[in-house]
Amino acid sequence: MNGIKIALRILHHGERNLIGELMSLSERHRTEHEIHHVATDVAAWSREHVQRLADAAAHYDLDLGGPPDDSSDGLLATLRKKASDVMGHRPEPGLLLLRDLREVHLAATHNSLHWEMLAQTAQASKDTRLLTLASSCHPQTLRQMRWTNTMIKNLSPQVFTSL
Amino acid sequence: MESSVDRIGDPWGSRVPHGRHEPWPARVDTYLTDGVRPDMVQEWVQAASILHSDGDAMDIAVIDGRMVGVRGREIDRVNRGRLGPKDLFGWQANASSDRLTRPLVREDGRLVETDWETAMHRVVSRSRELLSERGPGSIGFYTTGQLFLEEYYTLAVLARAGLGTNHLDGNTRLCTSTAAEALKETFGCDGQPGSYDDIDHADVIALFGHNLAETQPVQWMRILDRLEGTDPPRLLCVDPRPTQVARAATVHLAPRVGTNVALLNALLHETIRHGRIDRAYIQAHTVGFEELAARVEDCTPEWAADICDVPAARIAEAADLLGTADRLLSTVLQGVYQSHQATAAAVQVNNLHLIRGMLGKPGAGVLQMNGQPTAQNTRECGANGDLPGFRNWQNDAHVADLARVWNVEAATIPHYAPPTHAMQMFRYAEQGSIRMLWISGTNPAVSLPELARIRSVLSQKRLFTVVQDLFLTETAQLADVVLPAATWGEKTGTFTNADRTVHLTDKAVEPPGEARPDLDIFLDYAARMDFRDKDGGPLITWHDPESAFEAWKRCSAGRPCDYTGLTYAMLRGAGGIQWPVNEQAPEGTERLYTDGISWAHPDACQDYGKDLVTGAADSAVEYRSLNPDGKAMLKAAGFLPPHEATSREYPFQLTTGRTLYHFHTRTKTGRAPQLNAAAPDVWVEISASDAARLDLAEGDLVKVSTPRGALQGRLRVTDLRPGVIFVPFHYGYWDTPAGFGPDAATPGRAANETTITDWDPASKQPLFKTAAAALTLVERGDGKPSPAPTTTASAPAATHDVPAATTGGRTAHVSQTPGTAWGREGNHR
Repeated sequence: MNGIKIALRILHHGERNLIGELMSLSERHRTEHEIHHVATDVAAWSREHVQRLADAAAHYDLDLGGPPDDSSDGLLATLRKKASDVMGHRPEPGLLLLRDLREVHLAATHNSLHWEMLAQTAQASKDTRLLTLASSCHPQTLRQMRWTNTMIKNLSPQVFTSL
Repeated sequence: MESSVDRIGDPWGSRVPHGRHEPWPARVDTYLTDGVRPDMVQEWVQAASILHSDGDAMDIAVIDGRMVGVRGREIDRVNRGRLGPKDLFGWQANASSDRLTRPLVREDGRLVETDWETAMHRVVSRSRELLSERGPGSIGFYTTGQLFLEEYYTLAVLARAGLGTNHLDGNTRLCTSTAAEALKETFGCDGQPGSYDDIDHADVIALFGHNLAETQPVQWMRILDRLEGTDPPRLLCVDPRPTQVARAATVHLAPRVGTNVALLNALLHETIRHGRIDRAYIQAHTVGFEELAARVEDCTPEWAADICDVPAARIAEAADLLGTADRLLSTVLQGVYQSHQATAAAVQVNNLHLIRGMLGKPGAGVLQMNGQPTAQNTRECGANGDLPGFRNWQNDAHVADLARVWNVEAATIPHYAPPTHAMQMFRYAEQGSIRMLWISGTNPAVSLPELARIRSVLSQKRLFTVVQDLFLTETAQLADVVLPAATWGEKTGTFTNADRTVHLTDKAVEPPGEARPDLDIFLDYAARMDFRDKDGGPLITWHDPESAFEAWKRCSAGRPCDYTGLTYAMLRGAGGIQWPVNEQAPEGTERLYTDGISWAHPDACQDYGKDLVTGAADSAVEYRSLNPDGKAMLKAAGFLPPHEATSREYPFQLTTGRTLYHFHTRTKTGRAPQLNAAAPDVWVEISASDAARLDLAEGDLVKVSTPRGALQGRLRVTDLRPGVIFVPFHYGYWDTPAGFGPDAATPGRAANETTITDWDPASKQPLFKTAAAALTLVERGDGKPSPAPTTTASAPAATHDVPAATTGGRTAHVSQTPGTAWGREGNHR
């Protein structure tokens, strides 16, 4: 049981972290309109994961808390938006964008591996509740990874050949 | 039936009742300019319509080297002699006094006239500099859906194999990329499944976000004729506006903007719940049914009613209509393609047909429509963000095959990523990595979203812009080099309409001044750049339209859009022919997928598919495991709320669209007197209940604003869905003192001042129909009417009289004559 608590806690932390990465990607790259909108859309999946992990954790006497507030107001967010607008006509943010996409991809990969571990543990301990949770959330994590991979693949040639 | 009709006041002309399963009787429409009688016409030159995607076949009347009118071609399968108002009157723009007749180059900040040698030298030397300093990725091409097949193909070869740039797309991105993407997602490959002839056989016709009466008025005439014939069809219309289609529909749903996926999922839910599905068809020809059924299991009409704000009972009625059809025809256009979750929604219409087995039979078909006349060719020739001939950029065998056709190394053709889409190209130009943008036959300074941003991109000093057009458009005014082009009627070529019908259109008159056909301009550039194949021979081996067509045939051989069985000689004098045309189908092909799904096999498909939410590309391995036998793919999608929600500050949903009388940014239709007079200026539509609440009335000058910008127009109160603002997108600034954009004296006039930069992640089509906006009064109308037509979706609400109905007067009278088979039918009025 302790092991399951650890696995849930790590995933919960990882999904919260990914929400933060996705929202800062979205704000920092507002002038990359597709990145801006899709990052917000797929952050919603991680919000749902965090909530479902917290709900599941309650069954193991673990209090994990819900997803972070989804308003992107804060001072830091405003600064990121302003910086994005100012830098809209410059080429350097291309590199920054690739770096941020890479970080999101790695954060999603991190979560994906932990979903794998949770699913395996659930199977071994015949815990259907957790198995259902993992098999319904993990595919969305994989889609987050495929999205960042596709964007990196499509954008990097132009970014690097124009430097 | 009258012999002469005002076709501005009565855009669809007189009815000829058309019974189910009968051939559509002909009606020949002729318009000749004042004082010209048919016997005075010296020559009738074969052509087809260039002002919408219907492909109406017509002849151009010529006297002494001048166009004097047009006549519908009775023998043609598409229109059987009929023409729409834009076909009848639009040709007059060719002879406008403000046509570009000489090239222009920018000198000391001003555009000045020059000769072709100077202009082309500038283009070529800039290309060479950029190639050597920054590589091919610094050059981009943004073309159109209004040139000819031969021109797109030449452009695709010179860009992809000559320069080796991945940046070539068309404005078809704005009108038809979701159609292409939805077909690729479902059938593995582009290609219109259905045929216009399905209208003759269907018992239910469902139009999803498709204002057919205004976008393809001649096919609407076909439906109107069927509604007056024996065994008429029932219509389902999904549209927030009270279009003519909505008025004629058995069931009209006006959902909240941006909720198409929720509505379609509920329709699928009902279809499956009632067992109105063809299990044998699903088993034989599809994959993914279980996942689709699971996804829509909870999507009840009650669930959708909340999201779409449409009564659940009406959704159930619509589902009944679809579910009880014995031959169902569905058509889809911009209300889906330019709205939130575009591809996901368009794909659900394909799904509906697949689970009902309604495909490949007379009357049972899907028409994923196009907006522009030659958009189909932009797609198939590889000028729109795909490789030519529907080849798969991720499939090395397809790239190798293309390299063989072009006699270049495979590595010459960029295929490391999907061809760059237009919105991304403008982003690269904004960012400074694209330094030359060659824009042909389109006007992004009016037609792209968020115009202040587009003008700032195009005005950059570091961006060298070439604009090839007929007129000094808003975009041309921002260019470094302007190349005067010849247009329809002044050049020869072929093009293909939305139901795969290929027409030849011949040169009738000389272009004005030094204007040249787009093909000649591209060939001249290729020759000056001296593009070579891998053996050192010229890359481009053709020199005129017919030899370009022959070259394209070699590229299309063995592909879904196979043209190998067609020749100019076959098309000249005859009616249009539907591709594929080859040894197996020498007469052409009326419907695709009559005998199963033919182009979805992993080795044959054009695309391995995308995630409909994120746009992430699937790999060959994933595709092969999902669909090893090449069946149609039922792709499920969940509803997502639109990205821009209404708020207290921006309480309205804003949607933009078109009117019957204009095309694109009015470069031609604004210069045809009858069309211009019918809709002379921008207007703003709201519902009667919103007007009452805000104390606004017909003719009031109002301002529509969003976080991006604002425009002003006179108000028309209609039976539009409450909470929605509609603005036509055609109007720009060329006919205002401001020139190319708003200034201190000229307020915003273009709808795209206000639209959001957001696109469907799968098709990359911009979303012109999902934004939030505010509406404020600028000044009272005091009896001044709104310039909106009264004959169309912009007709005033029944309770809101307007001073005068739209009419065309004497100069809009068009003769209608019975076709040869006419007399036998009897009973016309």
